Amino acid sequence: MYFNSKEITDKGQVDWLTVLMYVVFLILGWLSVYAASYDIENAVSWFDLSDRATMQLVWIGTSLMLAFALLKIDAGFYETYAFVFYLTGIFLLIVTCLVAPEINGSRSWLVVGPVRLQPAEFMKFIIALALAKVFSLYDFHLMQWKNLILTLSIIVFPAFLVVLQSETGTALVYLSFLLVLYREGLPGGILFVFIAAIVYFVFGLKFSDTQLGLFSLGEFITLILIILFTAVLVRNYVKRKEVVFMILGMPASVFLIAFLVSLFGITINWGLIALVALISVIVYLLLLFFSYRKRIYIYIVAFVIGSFAFLESTEYVFNDVLQPHQRIRIEVALGMKQDLQGAGYHVGQSKIAIGSGGFSGKGFLNGTQTKLKYVPEQDTDFIFCTIGEEAGFVGSSIVLILYLCFILRLIYLAERQTTTFGRVYGYGVVSVFLFHLMINIGMVIGLMPVIGIPLPFFSYGGSSLWGFTLLLFIFLRLDKSRRKE
Amino acid sequence: MEYNSKTTYAKRKYIIAFIAAAVVVVYILQLFYLQILSPEYREFADSNAFLRKTLYPARGSIYDRNGNLLVYNQPTYDVMMVVREMNKFDTLDFCNTLNIDKATYLKLEADMKDRRKNPGYSSYTPQLFMSQLTVEQYGLLQEKLYKFPGIYVQNRTRRQYKYPNMGVILGYIAEVDKNVLDADPYYVRGDYIGKSGIESSHEADLRGEKGVEIWLRDARGRLQGRYKDGAEDKAPVSGRDLTLSIDIDLQAYGEYLMQNKIGSIVMIEPQTGEIVCIVSSPSYDPALLTGKDFGSNYLSLERDPYKPLINRAVAGMYPPGSTFKPSQGAVFMKEGIITADTRYSCFHGYPPLGGHPACHSHASPLSVVPALATSCNSFFCYGLNAMLSNREKYADVNAAFDVWRNYLGKMGYGDRLGVDLPSEKKGFIPNSKFYTKVLKRKNWNAHNIISIAIGQGEILATPLQIANFAAVAANRGYYYVPHVVRERKGTALDTLYTRKHDSGISPSVFEIIVQGMANAVTGGTCRVANLLPEIEVCGKTGTAQNPHGDDHSLFMGFAPKNNPRVAIAVIVENGRFGASNAVPIGRLMLQKFFNDSIPETDKWLETRIVNTTILPHIYTRELSSAKTDSLRNKNN
Repeated sequence: MYFNSKEITDKGQVDWLTVLMYVVFLILGWLSVYAASYDIENAVSWFDLSDRATMQLVWIGTSLMLAFALLKIDAGFYETYAFVFYLTGIFLLIVTCLVAPEINGSRSWLVVGPVRLQPAEFMKFIIALALAKVFSLYDFHLMQWKNLILTLSIIVFPAFLVVLQSETGTALVYLSFLLVLYREGLPGGILFVFIAAIVYFVFGLKFSDTQLGLFSLGEFITLILIILFTAVLVRNYVKRKEVVFMILGMPASVFLIAFLVSLFGITINWGLIALVALISVIVYLLLLFFSYRKRIYIYIVAFVIGSFAFLESTEYVFNDVLQPHQRIRIEVALGMKQDLQGAGYHVGQSKIAIGSGGFSGKGFLNGTQTKLKYVPEQDTDFIFCTIGEEAGFVGSSIVLILYLCFILRLIYLAERQTTTFGRVYGYGVVSVFLFHLMINIGMVIGLMPVIGIPLPFFSYGGSSLWGFTLLLFIFLRLDKSRRKE
Repeated sequence: MEYNSKTTYAKRKYIIAFIAAAVVVVYILQLFYLQILSPEYREFADSNAFLRKTLYPARGSIYDRNGNLLVYNQPTYDVMMVVREMNKFDTLDFCNTLNIDKATYLKLEADMKDRRKNPGYSSYTPQLFMSQLTVEQYGLLQEKLYKFPGIYVQNRTRRQYKYPNMGVILGYIAEVDKNVLDADPYYVRGDYIGKSGIESSHEADLRGEKGVEIWLRDARGRLQGRYKDGAEDKAPVSGRDLTLSIDIDLQAYGEYLMQNKIGSIVMIEPQTGEIVCIVSSPSYDPALLTGKDFGSNYLSLERDPYKPLINRAVAGMYPPGSTFKPSQGAVFMKEGIITADTRYSCFHGYPPLGGHPACHSHASPLSVVPALATSCNSFFCYGLNAMLSNREKYADVNAAFDVWRNYLGKMGYGDRLGVDLPSEKKGFIPNSKFYTKVLKRKNWNAHNIISIAIGQGEILATPLQIANFAAVAANRGYYYVPHVVRERKGTALDTLYTRKHDSGISPSVFEIIVQGMANAVTGGTCRVANLLPEIEVCGKTGTAQNPHGDDHSLFMGFAPKNNPRVAIAVIVENGRFGASNAVPIGRLMLQKFFNDSIPETDKWLETRIVNTTILPHIYTRELSSAKTDSLRNKNN
């Protein structure tokens, strides 16, 4: 073919194991949609297009055709036209921002006659392609400022456009490509700081109601976490056991002394004690910096002080920057509020539905909660409820494990790619599926805030199914024609 | 260079794989917690999804003592609409079936959908479209129901009354209020409960036991089918039918006689305590308080200045006046203060207090029998004084007085008798403490309180208590607690109504009292009540002074003298002398009781009584002036 420019021959095999898992997901997904939209009283006749399950069958059929077509297209096509895809995608996103009508509070749908498309869904594979293309450019080093900014822009610009369309969830999906950057050399320290920030945020807010002297209980716990994280950083980057010992030992002795004093009936300001412990760690690290003149110490001090500043600003961000509905979603997810009628309704009802499934579930089509439409969005974002209620612990665990196998298989496939383009694209696929799995199921079982993104292959909807099929089968096509080593 | 990051950071694939595995493990643990460790989610789910639909039992019917049906349930049918299900609906045919025109249909539909009038409106659940179809309309609709998707018929029952009598005795039913809901878990919002009369006092018998049907429903409340096909359902148990001791003909006749008068008639069967007639006047038609016009009718009854909603027979308290004298004579004789031969003199009044209380012309001195026949005031004042100042029998006046009060209590005065009707009042018989407090000294004497000897002063009694005393006299010393329900279908009467209450005064004493009452009818104040030669009536008039207006007219008695079959008390408020109104009514009621009809010779009396109007003037402010007042207030 015309695109056969590079090195490739079509001798490889499609990874049939992944295709098999894909087909299993489609079957389970269709059964779930059928169960979730099944109406106890008037079961609709087959092939009535007003029925969601029948419509989902149409989406599945077209997705299979799409998958077949994708395997037929030459692998080089994607690499050659990655930027063209990207620019087209950005163009469509901008057009969507300008012309999209509001559907269910979101302005992300392009309506052309009878066809409704969500460009944001297709942007996932487009960004993955663009990233893969950038990384495979000649002499590309991620940790050069120019490259880093370019890479981040590729991710953040479409995310920004999607936020304008009120699809915050999808924008977060784009941010999951940070995992790709990590695999390709983004320093682990940055990922570590990122995770630490989330942990501080969660603990700082969750326990912000109880006061412990100078600080709230949340801040107190977070101060101790900062000390522990500092110790981890020191262990990783300084690699001197005595320093780790001092960093843990000094705060420990401060707390021990305070505890002993409290035995004599003297009231202890525990918040103040924690601050003293933290300051002792900072002073110690500064001393080390001035005696050894190693920059790593000043980085760690920056981490400690930055952590503290971040902690002190979370409450402000939470109360004054976030919208009320976002605040409530976070509070419900952190278990600070149990609001079964209001904001927590979604999560409350979905936990009830899943919890009522028990060990082995109520049986296919026997779930009262999902059948009777207690769970909102039950065949889209909350589809996992139906599995939880009707298939129980056994069934939902099997689905989770199947997903894990799927993701591990994708990692394996990504690692066996011979080109940077293939590997980076592969990790893009891994990131998207992992993020969707983590957020969607986490939300349904009450461990994550409510962020409306679908469960791949299960949630009802044409755009998302096509989007995931495109994402996956482009990768399988790349894998099929990888160069044998 | 191209493979640089592939190898340099190759280890990071393990970290990424680890993150994926950690997420899945944490989620499986959370699933384990939700699905296996926490049983409460299953309970939540059940209360979510089950609709327990109450099945209402039929309320018990009520019959009179002769088996005449008084109160029953008529099925009515409400047309319910589920708007969402009404596709391909032929409105014209529907209107024709219900015999309404298109305009009415549109109005009813608009009313149903108007959330101001119907706050619970939803297009998914059955909504009331038209209430209280007749059986014929229902029949027509039922035949065609298959043609009208979304139309349902809801069965309801409505209280129906065969007679326009004894509204306040039967009572009415209405939706339960919050107090009852809080106190009794049996009731839920929207349930009906007896609010007054027999409907209220026999609520537990009449209501039956609710049943339940369990349905599955969705989050919008739409029903999705029966749970386990009805295996867990419970059928309702119908309420008990009641048979009253009331004779509806006698009752209706009593209300007829009492028209345009305020007061009551109570007639009791002495051997059983069964009330055969209990009139509280003015009375109202119980059918007024059913159905659609309940609200407006209730309001007009409540605003009626003559207060038809009060059951005066049990809740009206009056000074018994001279009807109290037989009980006095009985107490004095029982205590040995007087004998049948003790005579006291009377000079148009009670001599020790300068001729007060006053009395009328009669021979003097008198013993107890003629004193009762002529209703001599002085005799009973002497008697009370002799009892209260007797220091050989009683330590002081307090001890004497409490003995006196005790006997009256045993004859049913001064406390609730326990009739099976709500809002019964106690009446009032003071005790020694009361007078010590009121007179502010311990050594008060009979002359301070002398008017109680003739049923005036502080003494108050309900018509039921006076009738009950007549029953005590008829029985020569005992009574059964008066009651209106003689039979509860499927269960016995409460033992309260089958237990004999003894007054502690012997029959021989009562024989003398009865003789006095018999003489009052044959040759004393009660001659109008004389039904001889057929029936020997014993009676006592009363003319009770009343600070608010004309004296109340009272009659108390029983008949026949031997083996009495009925005891009676009549009170006509502001009816003046007992003989002028109460006694004639008593005579007519006894005629009706014994003969079932009024003989020609008494027709003139009946006409006279029916045409007598004794209604106190009620001062009511003109509504228009009230309006200007309130307007003025507003403007101020």
